Amino acid sequence: MSLPANLTDFTLSDARDAVLKKKVSSKELTTAFVKAVADARPLNAFVTETPERALEMSIASDIRIAHGQARPLEGLPLAIKDLFCTKGVKTTAGSNILSNFIPPYESTVSQNLWDAGAVLLGKTNMDEFAMGSSNETSRFGPVFNPWRARNSNANLVPGGSSGGSAAAVAANLCLAATGTDTGGSIRQPAAVTGTVGLKPTYGRCSRWGIVAFASSLDQAGPMARTVRDAALLLKYMASVDPRDSTSVDMAVPDYEEGLDFGVKGLRVGIPKEYRIDGAPQEINALWNKGAEWLKAQGAEIVEVSLPHTKYALPTYYIVAPAEASSNLARYDGVRFGHRAKGATDITDLYEKSRAEGFGKEVQRRILIGTYVLSSGYYDAYYARAQKLRTLIARDFTLAFKSCDVLLTPATPGPAFGVGEKTADPVSMYLNDVFTVTVNLAGLPGISVPAGLTANGLPLGLQFIGKAFDEATILRAARAIELAANFHAKPAQWWRAA
Amino acid sequence: MSVDKDTVRRIAKLARLALDEARVGTMVDELNGIFTWVQQLNEVNVEGVPAMTSVVEQRLKMREDKVNDGGNANELMANAPQGEDHFFVVPKVVE
Repeated sequence: MSLPANLTDFTLSDARDAVLKKKVSSKELTTAFVKAVADARPLNAFVTETPERALEMSIASDIRIAHGQARPLEGLPLAIKDLFCTKGVKTTAGSNILSNFIPPYESTVSQNLWDAGAVLLGKTNMDEFAMGSSNETSRFGPVFNPWRARNSNANLVPGGSSGGSAAAVAANLCLAATGTDTGGSIRQPAAVTGTVGLKPTYGRCSRWGIVAFASSLDQAGPMARTVRDAALLLKYMASVDPRDSTSVDMAVPDYEEGLDFGVKGLRVGIPKEYRIDGAPQEINALWNKGAEWLKAQGAEIVEVSLPHTKYALPTYYIVAPAEASSNLARYDGVRFGHRAKGATDITDLYEKSRAEGFGKEVQRRILIGTYVLSSGYYDAYYARAQKLRTLIARDFTLAFKSCDVLLTPATPGPAFGVGEKTADPVSMYLNDVFTVTVNLAGLPGISVPAGLTANGLPLGLQFIGKAFDEATILRAARAIELAANFHAKPAQWWRAA
Repeated sequence: MSVDKDTVRRIAKLARLALDEARVGTMVDELNGIFTWVQQLNEVNVEGVPAMTSVVEQRLKMREDKVNDGGNANELMANAPQGEDHFFVVPKVVE
């Protein structure tokens, strides 16, 4: 095995092999990534860089390797979304209300990664409390997509809410990163940055120590440059955790194992309701091409119906704000987080601290959630939405009687311009039209790069799987990866000349 | 159903969120935009459909009723905006 021209060009799995075989030390690898992160500050992908900790961890890893005690991800530098609590490292959720919060504990997912030997490069930028599809609601300002349209210098969004992680992976600032996905926040940014993003089945990764947004929908997952890397990272993020009551008691399989088994005989469902009016021709063309690629590799294509698809987004925009308004009630300016000065009484303290601490989109969602849960409106909104959710989940159960996985577009379009959709909340919400159904039904989904638009911007395809069948969507995504042969990288415009 | 300024003021109060009077009007428009959009859910007949309570078919896990954490008051207080002797300090509540 030869080393890549730049150490930062490594995939996670190749870096693992190189470090274990001592072709490169963790310290050399980590040093290269620390420099890449510092050189890429114009992207605003990281909100906290931890270079000292990264070097310390890498030196400790090299010692373990020298003593023959290497763990599965020994010495591999990763980026962590700033929604995961990291002990002793500031964790903000992209919000002013947590701008000074230093967790005294570590999230289960990140702890699993450190226990596997991984190295922390820093915390990535994100939409405030993971509420957004463009990374523009962050208190640290927007992240810029490493990709730009051909012959253009206009900055594009990296998607959201895991926009910092997606940009960091796409720009080779880390080997891979963690994200979280409540309505598409891993898969949508992965799609528009030409990276792979997987949302596992609800209950596969522990939510303990992840700042809560909508607890019945939130799920952590890997963001990586290849399908194999996503499989590898998921294996070590996932666990059965007694500290999360919704963590499911099921052993974590080796997701790398069956990756190359191919798709011969796999029944791939094409849900007709995902062919939406007004979607760019390029999206539907890519979708058709994806089906052809799979067919050429021996898969069987079947048309299926998910009749309640169009109701998924409005259902989500009742359920998610309702849960958020409840979860975010804890930010009161008393026990941790921002506290307003000059409050006259306790209610004034709550109201002012929250008004100063939360950004506009978060406030809007708290108000929506409070309204739909309030006396007299609960049945009309929240209870109805929960029934719709049952119907949406039932659609999938029925569809999976005639197929093993579903193939859909990942997003309704490529990356859009910074500021382009911020004025109209509903137009922003529509970015998640293909991803949000999966969260409502608790299923696993993966976005895999499948091609470029005429303008040179990446587009992704999504696979949706049966509950706890991450292995099959990974295998299907691997088949697309092979057929698409997607190796394009953005020009490194962010680096000083 | 549409919301008016009084409704917005009332839910902001319920949510313990100070809302500048200048923003109340904007919020009315934004919320009405969203609530109009979600009205389409009324097209669906949901009679007899059970409300979703959990996406995974798993019984809530129980554990032994034993203390398994605690004794970390210093850590808990480390992020408190204002504290004294392991107490959180707030403006006077009782006269």
